[in-house]
Amino acid sequence: MTSASDEPAASNKPQLSLHVPEPKYRPGDQVDFSHLSIPPAGEQPRPDEACEAKETAPLCHDLIRVLGDDNRAHGPWDPKLDPETLRTMLRHFALVRAFDERMFRGQRQGKTSFYMKCTGEEATSVSAAMALASDDMVFPSYRQQGVLIARGYPLIEMINQIYSNKGDKLKGRQLPIMYSSREHSFFSISGNLATQTPQAVGWAMASAIKNDSRIAATWVGEGSTAEGDFHSACTFATVYNAPVIINVINNQWAISSFSGFAGAERTTFAARALGYGLAGLRVDGNDPLAVYASQKWAADRARANGGPTLIEYFTYRAEGHSTSDDPSGYRSAQEREEWPLGDPVMRLKRHLIALGEWDEERQEEMDREAAEEVKRTTKEAEKNGILGHGLHHPFRTMFEDVFEELPWHLKEQAEQAIHERKTKFPEGLPE
Amino acid sequence: MAVELKMPALSPTMEEGTLAKWLVKKGDTIEPGDIIAEIETDKATMEFEAIDEGTIAEILVEEGAENVAVGTVIAMLAGEGEDASEVSAASSSKDVAEPSSGGDVDDVPGEGKDTGREPAEAEITKKAAAKKPVADPAIPEGTNMVSTSVREALRDAMAEEMRKDERVFVMGEEVAQYQGAYKVTQGLLDEFGPKRVIDTPITEYGFAGIGTGAAMGGLRPIVEFMTFNFAMQAIDHIVNSAAKTNYMSGGQMRCPVVFRGPNGAASRVGAQHSQNYGPWYASVPGLIVIAPYDSADAKGLLKAAIQCEDPVVFLENELLYGRSFDVPDLEDHTLPIGQARIMREGGDVTIVSYSIGVGIALEAAEKLAKEGVEAEVVDLRTLRPLDKHTVLESLAKTNRLVVVEEGWPTCSIASEIQAICMEDRFDDLDAPVLRVTNEDVPLPYAANLEKMALIDSDRVIEAVNRVTYRNRN
Repeated sequence: MTSASDEPAASNKPQLSLHVPEPKYRPGDQVDFSHLSIPPAGEQPRPDEACEAKETAPLCHDLIRVLGDDNRAHGPWDPKLDPETLRTMLRHFALVRAFDERMFRGQRQGKTSFYMKCTGEEATSVSAAMALASDDMVFPSYRQQGVLIARGYPLIEMINQIYSNKGDKLKGRQLPIMYSSREHSFFSISGNLATQTPQAVGWAMASAIKNDSRIAATWVGEGSTAEGDFHSACTFATVYNAPVIINVINNQWAISSFSGFAGAERTTFAARALGYGLAGLRVDGNDPLAVYASQKWAADRARANGGPTLIEYFTYRAEGHSTSDDPSGYRSAQEREEWPLGDPVMRLKRHLIALGEWDEERQEEMDREAAEEVKRTTKEAEKNGILGHGLHHPFRTMFEDVFEELPWHLKEQAEQAIHERKTKFPEGLPE
Repeated sequence: MAVELKMPALSPTMEEGTLAKWLVKKGDTIEPGDIIAEIETDKATMEFEAIDEGTIAEILVEEGAENVAVGTVIAMLAGEGEDASEVSAASSSKDVAEPSSGGDVDDVPGEGKDTGREPAEAEITKKAAAKKPVADPAIPEGTNMVSTSVREALRDAMAEEMRKDERVFVMGEEVAQYQGAYKVTQGLLDEFGPKRVIDTPITEYGFAGIGTGAAMGGLRPIVEFMTFNFAMQAIDHIVNSAAKTNYMSGGQMRCPVVFRGPNGAASRVGAQHSQNYGPWYASVPGLIVIAPYDSADAKGLLKAAIQCEDPVVFLENELLYGRSFDVPDLEDHTLPIGQARIMREGGDVTIVSYSIGVGIALEAAEKLAKEGVEAEVVDLRTLRPLDKHTVLESLAKTNRLVVVEEGWPTCSIASEIQAICMEDRFDDLDAPVLRVTNEDVPLPYAANLEKMALIDSDRVIEAVNRVTYRNRN
């Protein structure tokens, strides 16, 4: 291939050349985000929830924002939440952040093998979850711990799962953070990307077939929109007018692959909606009020049989992809500091302070309480064991739940295995 | 209470690392979240944060120490109200693997190993079959051997073929800037540039199709899957497109593409990330399926795969990437596809395996040797086409055969070998062929259940005891 480009063209036909995306900044580079178009808060129109999908087209290239630089709410998208609700949201943020901090450090101490933080992206799950009904079905990706926390899922259940200990409701069968709770309408997280998107659409279609009132919402990273599953999800959602919300979390990075590898150099992710005929919104994902308002808009629309919505939340992954990743090898550390949309927790805090409903002392107190609660709960969960400490899950559980009923061959396998263990441990089984 | 600070694992497969730097010293008070040390592995550098508070009582591993095993106590932390000077490591909990003490086995042919028969019948013990050279025929005697990790061997194979043939290129998720999710493409971007080492969007279905099309278009793509678990959506392109191009075009068109990546269970990556697709792909006409064990085979067979005119599925193993083996220092170390390798000779029983199972089979063979049982270990290396000649030749010699496979039992390579032995050499069998495989369940995440669900050398020994009628239970 190199020799082909070195030689002069054999004919006068134009030579083709390949474009390979390259992020603007690599480690050590000075970061300048002035090329990003950030419109002022409050200037984006808010169409009626029952509008035709095409009316949302301009919003697919805009950026819906509510919280301005003055820390006040502006424009038609202001959800007008009362201060108590805003304080609840802030409290969920504090808990998510404290939880992430402690679990991350726990992984470094070998208490679990894996963890993923959502720092900087808290609003895209907490604020969105608060705009949904508590029994709307959620098909999350792996960075939506905020949904569970907003829904009041007990922290100890999350930690038990992360430690894969004897309290783990998933019986040691899932990777850490791949929570699952039927009771909290939180579908089992898949380790394979984007499979949850068509599943959410299918679930929503089933809800409509049953004339139920519940809708479905799914979360997918911008990188994973390249998966065929995403295409299938959008197609089915629009064809059957499924009561579903497809949330694309554009946090700029898919491990080391910047959003350009999913097509961000050419258009927005919200604009994907246009080709399918979905309603589409592009939203400041670090603006908790804009996140809430847009999710509420889409939920109201779906619930009124108005159809599906694709929402792009424009945000930034402030930390590494996971505990196995070190982002200093591929992106500039300055990006986080220079991110023009700020930090969602700080923005909500300042808004409440500007309203005269909050102050720094109360914030400090709340952060301290959140850290204490997580610490206390972690210690409680550790009584059930941590990763690698002993035999947490009874041996027989390995054969259960492969099928609804234990088939003959697994029954045989289990009996044989139990017999062998009895021979091996005549003193008594390490159950 | 004093707290032991242990060498942390940065990932479930990390076994050791370098303690690059201490950021605290004896007597320092630390708070949760303080960064106390920097740890390096071949993949990354990570900061080691304190989770407990206290005073550093003792530093047990000095900075700069290499190959520090995960779990080694590297420092002691005195808690509140404790005298830091009183605290010391009670016992080092380092788990050092005992080196196997091979070489002193009483190895008299035909004696003491012919279990199941009376001593009076010992003279009817068959003579061991004529010795076949264990070394691969392609390696000339006296070749310099270089210790190389499987990861490096795979990289070297790709780099050599890319230098030789400009049609060869690599594509996949994270292969360029990130150097591969498991660092197998390390250095390739620097040498060959972004147009021959190409990061792709996250769509296995998409880039398997692109790779197949590029191969049909005259290039020689190497398509890396981050793991074969993610390639299930791509199986349509592999099975329906790549494997059938030559046949369905009446021999007019070829599809010389290599699909490669880790396969099988790693450590604690759960049911969706721990599957062996060897039997799946090996059942498909039109595909070549290779699953090497050591570095020399990984290199020699990957080079062969890239040179091959047929589509190749090349199954690696995450747990083997970091292990080192000798690789012959040759100008062009290319090995033949479809030839099994005798890893260890023996006359009492044949153990057939491939990929990571070979290591387990060899471990079992060493233990068995101490009990006077000499096992012959056959590494299939290629799963399709399967070298049944070597398997059956070994069976004719030992009359007893066990298949070891890190995968499920049903419709497996193991069941295929059983069928072949029964169909072709029923009269050579002194016992039923047994298979040692994982439990027939999705692999659990929990460490204890995972261990129990996977094959190990004790299970291999148990099976050998049964086929040699040494079973005491």
